[in-house]
Amino acid sequence: MSETILEAKNLSVRYVTKDLGTCYAVNDISIALKKGYTLGLVGETGAGKTTFAKAILRILPQPQGKVTSGTVLLNDEDLYQKSDQEMRKIRGKKISMIFQDPMTALNPIDTVGDQIAEVLRLHFNINRKEAELRSAQILEMVGIPGERRNEYPHQFSGGMKQRVVIAMALACSPELLIADEPTTALDVTIQAQVLDMMNDLKQEIGTSMILITHDLGVVADMCDEVAVIYAGEILETGSANDIFKNMSHPYTIGLFESLPDLSSKGKRLNSIPGLMPDPTHLPVGCKFAPRCAFSVEQCSAASIPLIEISNTHFCRCLFPQKRRNQNGNNA
Amino acid sequence: MGTMLEVRNLKKYFKVNAGLLHAVDGVSFKLEEGHTLGVVGESGCGKSTLGRVILHLHDSTGGQILYHGKDITNVSRSELSRLRHEMQIIFQDPYSSLNPRMTVFQTIAEPMEIFGKFSSDEIEHRVYEMMDTVGLARRFVNSYPHELDGGRRQRIGISRALVLNPKFIVCDEPVSALDVSIQAQVLNLMLDIQEKLGLTYIFITHDLSVVKYISDDILVMYLGQMVEKAPSDELFTHQYHPYTKALISAVPRADIDYKRKRTQLRGELTSPINPRPGCRFATRCIYSKPNCFIETPELVEVSPNHLVRCHYAREINCL
Amino acid sequence: MNQELLLTKRRSMFEEVWIRFLRKPIAVLGGLIILIVTLSCLLAPVIAPYDYDDQDVTRKFTEPNKDFFFGTDNLGRDVFSRLLYGGRISLMVGFVSASVAAVFGVAFGGIAGFYGKKTDNIIMRILDVFMALPQMLLAIVISAMLGTGIKGAIIAVTIATIPRYAQAVRGPILAIRNQEFVEAAFAIDASDSRIILRHILPNVLSPIIVQVTLGVGSAITMAASLSFLGLGVQPPYPEWGAMISAARVYILDHSYLVTFPGLAIAIVVLALNLLGDGLRDAMDPRWKE
Repeated sequence: MSETILEAKNLSVRYVTKDLGTCYAVNDISIALKKGYTLGLVGETGAGKTTFAKAILRILPQPQGKVTSGTVLLNDEDLYQKSDQEMRKIRGKKISMIFQDPMTALNPIDTVGDQIAEVLRLHFNINRKEAELRSAQILEMVGIPGERRNEYPHQFSGGMKQRVVIAMALACSPELLIADEPTTALDVTIQAQVLDMMNDLKQEIGTSMILITHDLGVVADMCDEVAVIYAGEILETGSANDIFKNMSHPYTIGLFESLPDLSSKGKRLNSIPGLMPDPTHLPVGCKFAPRCAFSVEQCSAASIPLIEISNTHFCRCLFPQKRRNQNGNNA
Repeated sequence: MGTMLEVRNLKKYFKVNAGLLHAVDGVSFKLEEGHTLGVVGESGCGKSTLGRVILHLHDSTGGQILYHGKDITNVSRSELSRLRHEMQIIFQDPYSSLNPRMTVFQTIAEPMEIFGKFSSDEIEHRVYEMMDTVGLARRFVNSYPHELDGGRRQRIGISRALVLNPKFIVCDEPVSALDVSIQAQVLNLMLDIQEKLGLTYIFITHDLSVVKYISDDILVMYLGQMVEKAPSDELFTHQYHPYTKALISAVPRADIDYKRKRTQLRGELTSPINPRPGCRFATRCIYSKPNCFIETPELVEVSPNHLVRCHYAREINCL
Repeated sequence: MNQELLLTKRRSMFEEVWIRFLRKPIAVLGGLIILIVTLSCLLAPVIAPYDYDDQDVTRKFTEPNKDFFFGTDNLGRDVFSRLLYGGRISLMVGFVSASVAAVFGVAFGGIAGFYGKKTDNIIMRILDVFMALPQMLLAIVISAMLGTGIKGAIIAVTIATIPRYAQAVRGPILAIRNQEFVEAAFAIDASDSRIILRHILPNVLSPIIVQVTLGVGSAITMAASLSFLGLGVQPPYPEWGAMISAARVYILDHSYLVTFPGLAIAIVVLALNLLGDGLRDAMDPRWKE
């Protein structure tokens, strides 16, 4: 039994539409997640993070979403060789996913208890009474009084709804949880509560997690490993320490420098000029080159491979930068 | 530099089925010309409503608004017309704040058309001037909003606010809907034009790092009330109100050596409808005492320029 | 730099709608049918082999043949020609009623949606009273009061349909009213009328156009029903509903006299519905995939 719970190998996903042509959403992404670890997938809108997550679970929109290469291994089993029925057994039980908007993730006409019970009964052979009991217990686990199992989603606030969603996702004690911007829609203080809760649960249940977010603060809080994704590619990957203390890719550095942290009063932020490239017309070579202050002709000539910086730290750049401290000065 | 805007005990209540919703409940502050007042708070605190009431997009329910010393709380329609040129707003959502059927040109030109005293040459010239100022490439002049990304749309919104040379702008979460790298571009832009044009801002946001970056003074709101007000640096060094403490400690930092403290809040937001007397934060406060539920605390200046609405601010902070 | 490429995908709103519309063959078919029928009826004086009132009892009740495509009626009049001339009346009543009702309906619904609260309440409650009666019944009552004739038919159908347009338009207007760009228009000192005309109406154009298209079909049916019942347009005008009514007594022996006008109504209404559905899909404001 390997230590790796999830592996994506050279995964590429395209969306084919008549209107806009072919959108190259995910381009040759490989990741490996160790059991019990949390991987932060960081990127901005349109980088391909959600597409990647959906590709893992094989829930890409049909017929536009096509996986054109690569595969996904869960505990060394190839998910793309599984039948639809087998995948259904895996979703919700072995791999669970929670989405960004808690408002639309819950069915408004079912009580929250019933929605959790539904997940349980789909995957376990238990009767109704047993399912009711367990759903109340699971609610308690996420900090909601068990008696509230008979209430409807609209009776809960945004933060509590998201907890219910998390409860549903963890109901079957999945081995892997994929959380897509789980706290972005929540207020800061509620976000803190939910993050604390997720951390606690992680310890208790031992779930591995892929956390998709654009918020570097959340990544620092929750993640053991980080992958920075841009235009469907991984630009930099490593442990949290590698990325936060030794960031090397100009894009990663640019992201950090764009953040108004609590010490940069008044100075202008070093913003990254331009925009992410159009996914239907991706540039050849480095996708970030057009916006990069350090790019040269060589960068746009051919695909850039991942360069090893340490045995845990990789960077897709021909000129990885030296480490910088908080104020943007070279260390 | 004088006081441009003064707000005294401003109130806005909405009648709803269940009773009276206290959206803004007694906010007071003075804003100097050329300065930025940051207003922070979470959902339901009333910060957006505050901005709109100041601009007369909602009628106020009580209190006063003074502009350059003159009471503009209840102005005539024609006086309001004149004021609207000087006081503008930038909205949060770059998707819903632009008319999808109007081109960039039409959106930026509209304030001038309404004003009526510009020739079409002058309008065209000014539109391009605005696009240059906000860094929007001229080739987008005939584009529709749905063809552009969030950052560009927000620049259109900013140009629309600037086109008639306002003195004062309410910025309602102008960068919250933008990606991090675009957010930085737009924040830089806003600081640049503030310097260049001598603008005064009220900057409404829920993002504490942004508010610290851009504000001179900060107002913290909770359920319609001001709970703390202090100069920006001072607030982040010394927070006195338990809510502010919880708020600041809840923000995750992009720094793996920083250990975020476990949250210091209990329970959920109470309702702003028909609020009971007593401190509105009491049910969630880890320092609350029985008195907090009975007596409504007043805003008190506990250190120079630093106001707090809490019975036990001094005790909690050992002042 | 790839920034240039961002410019090439520009298409006007109209073009976008047109392209999406063309992707639905059934809707295009509906549109073509309407086009052909309308043109044919307009060109009746040119196309029709006979005048609508050309009687000749010696050739009455002729079965459809190459001289009389749809046969002749009890007075020897050519059914095909009568359908073409009659179509001008049926279609005109339908289009005019639907359009006029739309104008009033949009006005009422617009004012109600824009000003809200009391104004909305008053207008909608008045319209509720009208809507409490089935549309057809209302049309019958009004038509009976006005007497027979085209004018009466148009007025009756128009009044009967106004409330539904008002209601259909009010929803989208309320939704748009709360969008930030409308607030922005207030903030730049736009007058109420400017906001309604420039900001709100253009954005509710889609539901209005769809409603009108579907409404024409229902107006045509209503007008035909009125004629059938002896109200509205009456013989000798060859309005389709009147033709069916007159042919009722002959239905057993000469069923084609009823079938052809009936088919004409059915096909036109079906085509309008397909067109309206297609337009609705093409105008769906979800541009982003």
